[in-house]
Amino acid sequence: MRIRFHQSLDELKEKLLVMAGMAEQAIQRSIEAYRTRDLEICELVFKSEPAINRLEREIDQAALDLLAMEQPMAIDLRFILSVIRINADLERVGDQAVNIAVRVREMGAYSNVDLPVDIPRAASLASAMVRKALQAFIEGDAELARSVLAMDDEVDAMNDAAFTALSALIKRQPELTPQALNALIISRNLERVGDHATNVAEDVIFWVRGADVRHKGSVAS
Amino acid sequence: MGVGIEVEDLNAWYGQTHTLKGINLQIPANSATALIGPSGCGKSTFVRCLNRMHETNPVARAEGTVRVGNVDIYKDASPVEVRRRIGMVFERPNPFPTMSIYDNVASGLKLNGFRNKRVLDEVVERSLRQAALWDEVKDHLKSKSGASLSGGQQQRLCIARAIAVDPEVLLMDEPASALDPVSTAKIEDLIFQLKDEYTIVIVTHNMQQAARVAEKTGFFLSGHLVEFDSTHKIFTNPSDKRTEDYITGRFG
Repeated sequence: MRIRFHQSLDELKEKLLVMAGMAEQAIQRSIEAYRTRDLEICELVFKSEPAINRLEREIDQAALDLLAMEQPMAIDLRFILSVIRINADLERVGDQAVNIAVRVREMGAYSNVDLPVDIPRAASLASAMVRKALQAFIEGDAELARSVLAMDDEVDAMNDAAFTALSALIKRQPELTPQALNALIISRNLERVGDHATNVAEDVIFWVRGADVRHKGSVAS
Repeated sequence: MGVGIEVEDLNAWYGQTHTLKGINLQIPANSATALIGPSGCGKSTFVRCLNRMHETNPVARAEGTVRVGNVDIYKDASPVEVRRRIGMVFERPNPFPTMSIYDNVASGLKLNGFRNKRVLDEVVERSLRQAALWDEVKDHLKSKSGASLSGGQQQRLCIARAIAVDPEVLLMDEPASALDPVSTAKIEDLIFQLKDEYTIVIVTHNMQQAARVAEKTGFFLSGHLVEFDSTHKIFTNPSDKRTEDYITGRFG
């Protein structure tokens, strides 16, 4: 029995869950900042980024150490590879939160107008994807992970709709271009959050089932 | 050239103890096949059945069919003939300590009646080259004994001795477990090269070694062959939970 090794795997999982909590909180805060146009919340998002980056490096190092020292096999090897990939995706979720907060701060310089885009709904869906993907990781549930993949199309469709509606608005009312562009970038950031959640879900399936389901729906595949 | 091995319903006993239970598998020619499993699982007994070494123990017996190429080794060949066609390398290097390096390699041929010096010289050089030992020993082939070499060199000498009689199959029972990492790497490189000429079956406790050198891997447990598949499949996504538990260190 490799008791110490398996304890180390549990510790790695716990570290990643801390990372997940931080990334999820950052994205929630950035959306709250959008909703309320609260620049103090934006500041909280900016301040969380160095800690997320630090933890990303720490988790990568821990995973690298286990690969080098323990030479894991099969499900353990797949688990560590998945942790490395999920770790990178969570760090990118944190980056998207920062990007959204930057846009919210920028929007503060302009008048608050009604835009033909439902950012809170897109945010809610993207956050739900992240939460579900992480739940699948916690429980090692490949079926739950698979259900996340189906949600991505909806987030993509909302982003496409936002592009169409905001482009039309810019044509109609060019004076609203700054607000519309910021909203468009936020919509794009949320679409990317959905992509990262999809990646996490695919990594969970790889870990649990050993199946590589990446890029199944891509144009080139 | 190597030949394939087909094993059908192979059972083996030591006295009353049933150590191999209905083993069926096909080992492809000119490839390396690794056998893994916890101590006492039957993997060494299995390779000893492949060249009829098992029956050298008076209380041991085996039943079933082992075909090497087209020959049923339990029906159509004598033990001596079988062991010429199927060489074996053991965990501890066992060169003949009083013989020179040259005589160690030539011993099998001499035993089979070869006396032509030119032929013997050629075979000794070719075998030592194949075993990646020639450059290290060519200047004192007859002046130094096999026992004077390092552990890693002795093991390669034993491999040279095994291949000198031109076998079709090489069985290796933990061939590197008594060696340092550098010597182990040389043996693994050698296995990789020897696959072109021979069919290799290697028993190992070192799973990384199995993953590095073998195309196919079999997992033995309590006398059963639990799983036999491509090495890639066994070490990344095995089909049987018992295989996964063993290779991930959850038991054994």
